[in-house]
Amino acid sequence: MSFSWAKHYEPKSDLTKWLDDRLPLPRLVYGAIGAGYPVPRNLNYFWNFGVLAGVALVMQIVTGIIMAMHYAPNALVAFDSTEHIMRNVNWGWMLRYAHANGASFFFIVVYIHIFRGLYFSSYKAPREMIWLLGLVIFLLMMATAFMGYVLPWGQMSFWGAKVITGLFGAIPLVGEPIQQWLLGGFAPDNAALNRFFSLHYLLPFVTAGVIILHIWALHIPGSSNPTGVEVKSESDTVPFHPYYTAKDGFGLGVFLILFCAMLFFAPNFLGHADNYIPANPLSTPAHIVPEWYFWPFYAILRAFTFDFFIVPAKLLGVLAMFASILLLFFLPWLDRSPVRSGNYRPLFKIFFVVLLLDVLLLGYLGGAPAEEPYVMLSQLASAYYFAHFLIILPIISKIEKPKPLPFSITESVLGKDNTGIAGGPVLQPAE
Amino acid sequence: MIRIGAFLVGLFFAGWLIVSFGVGAAAYISEPPQETAEHAFHEKPKALTLASDGPMGKFDRQQLQRGFQVYKEVCAACHSMRLVSFRNLAELGYNEDEVKAIAANWPIQTPDIDPATGEATTRASLPTDPFPSPHANETAARAANNNALPPDLSLITKARSGGAPYIYSLLLGYQEPPAELAQRFPDSMPGPGLNYNPYFANLNIAMANPLGSDGIVTYSDGTNATREQMAKDVSAFLVWTAEPTLEKRHQTGWAVLIFLIIATGLGYMAYRNVWAGVKH
Repeated sequence: MSFSWAKHYEPKSDLTKWLDDRLPLPRLVYGAIGAGYPVPRNLNYFWNFGVLAGVALVMQIVTGIIMAMHYAPNALVAFDSTEHIMRNVNWGWMLRYAHANGASFFFIVVYIHIFRGLYFSSYKAPREMIWLLGLVIFLLMMATAFMGYVLPWGQMSFWGAKVITGLFGAIPLVGEPIQQWLLGGFAPDNAALNRFFSLHYLLPFVTAGVIILHIWALHIPGSSNPTGVEVKSESDTVPFHPYYTAKDGFGLGVFLILFCAMLFFAPNFLGHADNYIPANPLSTPAHIVPEWYFWPFYAILRAFTFDFFIVPAKLLGVLAMFASILLLFFLPWLDRSPVRSGNYRPLFKIFFVVLLLDVLLLGYLGGAPAEEPYVMLSQLASAYYFAHFLIILPIISKIEKPKPLPFSITESVLGKDNTGIAGGPVLQPAE
Repeated sequence: MIRIGAFLVGLFFAGWLIVSFGVGAAAYISEPPQETAEHAFHEKPKALTLASDGPMGKFDRQQLQRGFQVYKEVCAACHSMRLVSFRNLAELGYNEDEVKAIAANWPIQTPDIDPATGEATTRASLPTDPFPSPHANETAARAANNNALPPDLSLITKARSGGAPYIYSLLLGYQEPPAELAQRFPDSMPGPGLNYNPYFANLNIAMANPLGSDGIVTYSDGTNATREQMAKDVSAFLVWTAEPTLEKRHQTGWAVLIFLIIATGLGYMAYRNVWAGVKH
């Protein structure tokens, strides 16, 4: 599952030879993220974000496991045990702030990773499976983050849980029983808190499993690159190690600097003040908002204010919110342009920038109170979101005249390619 | 097939959103939303500068001690602070004996169980005890406060979106309701037991003005206890109760950042070194 020129692992010492014959784990790592994985030489910094997302997950798991040693998932004491971590556990404040801000940075990194995939069409053949698995990871992350936010059992935890599980209540006939089944009661309480804790602990490991599949699927065709032209010869690639381990190491340093600046100097900036008030089922906060990383979807949910004949507006909003994520699964078959990279697609590039601004606007509107003019703006922004993926993108891929592509990655970097012959046979990756 | 289906789904969602927008916009133009009293009279917190602000921020322990005195002599009559223990006061610069004395002489005793009879009783507090609540429970607290519940103050500067400046502004914000309010929004005039305060979310707060006049506290360090000074000191104290680890966080942050900047610089040089001679 790599190119024919990929280096092969050669155990040198007696111990590694012995190990290689019995459990070739070093061989696996060597081929996956070592010198045995040839990667296009022209990757830009946007290709750092997959590794950063992996690091973010590991940080979340490590800080989370340690906090679980001090946290008590019981509605009576959950809030106080969180404050116990903040005040009495050695370095507990750092663990909790790292975990809370780590979730935010995980989403920042993953959103950049997704938008990189959108711009360079990383979802196109033969990489559809990587994209689909990535979306599964995204859904798992969202579920995990939502349940994690409930655990401190503050006001936003409680009311967020109530609103989000209430979405299922919008389903006709079976909605209310489903909502009660999910919560284990009529409103969020101990049963809900306990199962959310259990699942919040489980899902990151499921995510880690899907990430392994994601990387496995990546190694079949190999990494994409900013030209979108497939690898043709050895001069198009460099070994992952040391070239990209070094580059990712530098990128990780920059990421950690930004993350730690946030963690140590503005740890509550991305949070909501109401979550420092213990959950109170009798007192509804003035504005119930989820964490910032859900705001674009929250804006779409609230944009539907008007019943469509017998379909109530609330149900429409719920359907639209789920559709806004599910439509991404169809992207490889909606965008039929043979050209991958947005750099060579003049028309696509314009609409991509509009989409980016549109999603940022949706994010802003999702965090704003549900009043005018925010609702009207979110209706327009949501309309563009759906139109972009479901109408505009398929049309662009038909009518657009892409710019000429370089013959190869080597040619795009060096200006000429002496190894390949234009129009000649293209090297296929060996199985 | 996929693209035809997608086109129809897209047309439905986008189309219905445009229709909803049109209906909403028409309603917005024909009946512009009424201005609310909160919108017209609510004020943003005044600026407050504290020693703990910013990435270099440290606590001014003298000020925290004054703030603690305000809490003890004014706020503690109604507001609990259940997440802070007497032992934590050592961080404000009190020595062990002072902490013991503060705990033992605290006007409210700590609930306990009589070891002889098993009946509920109270005893003098120890440094290990959290601050005892002035009310036995929420019902008692409401009964004593005209059915309003005085919030616990442990986390208050983190639990209100304006933070310490909000607390400071609120404490100094009590005033007579403006005549314009009575004229335009008679329903938003403070009812019985309520007080007008433009910094409070709905303008009418149940808490009576706690810092009504200068000098209600006599500072042991001789600082002139103006209303302004007391509000500032108690806000600083409540920053500490909400985040006692703030100083350690700032110090650790700088050590971590300096380490990371050096490590990242080395990482950059390693990266350039590895890639030297490889055009990309």
